[in-house]
Amino acid sequence: MCVVCGCGDAAAPPGVVVRSDLGGVGDDLHFGAGPAGVSVPGLSQTRTLKLEADVLGANQRIADANRQHFDGHGVRAFNLVSSPGSGKTTLLCATLVALQQRAPGLALAVIEGDQQTSRDADRIRATGTPAIQVNTGKGCHLDAQMVAAAFARLPLHDHHHDHHRDHHHDHGHRPSQPHAPSLLFIENVGNLVCPALWDLGERAKVAILSVTEGEDKPLKYPDLFAAAQLIVLNKIDLLPHLDFDVAQCVDCARRVNPEVELLLLSARTGVGMDAWLDWLLAQTA
Amino acid sequence: MHELSLAGNILQLIDDAAARQPFGRVHTLRLQAGALAGVEVQALRFALEAVAPGTRLEGATIEIDEPPGQAWCRSCARTVVIGSRIDACPSCGSHQLQPTGGTELKLVDLVVAD
Repeated sequence: MCVVCGCGDAAAPPGVVVRSDLGGVGDDLHFGAGPAGVSVPGLSQTRTLKLEADVLGANQRIADANRQHFDGHGVRAFNLVSSPGSGKTTLLCATLVALQQRAPGLALAVIEGDQQTSRDADRIRATGTPAIQVNTGKGCHLDAQMVAAAFARLPLHDHHHDHHRDHHHDHGHRPSQPHAPSLLFIENVGNLVCPALWDLGERAKVAILSVTEGEDKPLKYPDLFAAAQLIVLNKIDLLPHLDFDVAQCVDCARRVNPEVELLLLSARTGVGMDAWLDWLLAQTA
Repeated sequence: MHELSLAGNILQLIDDAAARQPFGRVHTLRLQAGALAGVEVQALRFALEAVAPGTRLEGATIEIDEPPGQAWCRSCARTVVIGSRIDACPSCGSHQLQPTGGTELKLVDLVVAD
């Protein structure tokens, strides 16, 4: 008997699994006899399933459906992303009030994302704009499914279906009359990391950065700033009190996103708001 | 953190695959997380290990390929390799780069057993 593993006896030594899948004729051993052509010691027969699946595929499909749905209804949707405290909600409230004056016929709505509370949605509703609050609980970003569910509850969606109360979505969204354009603002959870990966079906991401945050934010959070079409630099009324270098910030932004547009404004004082409204209204043309 | 969300998505993909071609458990999970995919591989591994117990993924070996990032450099008019979105072109130093590869998080295949 072999003193190393006890082989040579009729019975298999303890701890050795005798494989039954080795095939072969007589005493030959064929380790590659299984369907995958490989032999993995210590395992019963396994097989390989080739998937090549995009891990974010499910969200992408819903986002694509959202995008088509928005297009079909003339809705221009913007995904507002930033860190918490950059002034997104204040900017939104100021924007909504200004748009009501400048473009009174334009339908507006907001989808608000936060972990908890409806405080932001309440502030939006105080401007007279419909808003749906989505509380993500422990979640750190909105996803396409949440946006789809919220959109279904907005009057923006309803008034395009005024011919049918219990409508179905298989009418193809190819209306004979084009829908009047409307603006949907999606205020994402304050987070510069995760929202970059989750497409919501928006027309564009707008990143909001405030001058109290540091010029190099775009370099430190490149995925998000690379995904934005426009960066709004907010709170510029505070510049006299800070050492913030605007040119350096623009430079950092262009390094991660050479084509990004930038607007400087103060939601609080109104400086620069006209250019922001121009940009939004140009999207409804 | 979003790696937990991604781990949840991966579990769903595994369940979907088992619904099509039934199997009991996963022996090896092979993922591809490109350098520009926005995924922290260590955090993803941790998240997968956290969600695996009680699922088909329990006890599985997790293999994660990390293909490099690729980008089209507008200055030198060719594809170059970059490690992250803030890198400059390794050839000419320009930042006029358009990512073209290494941007995906993919479930490549599953080695499964009954």
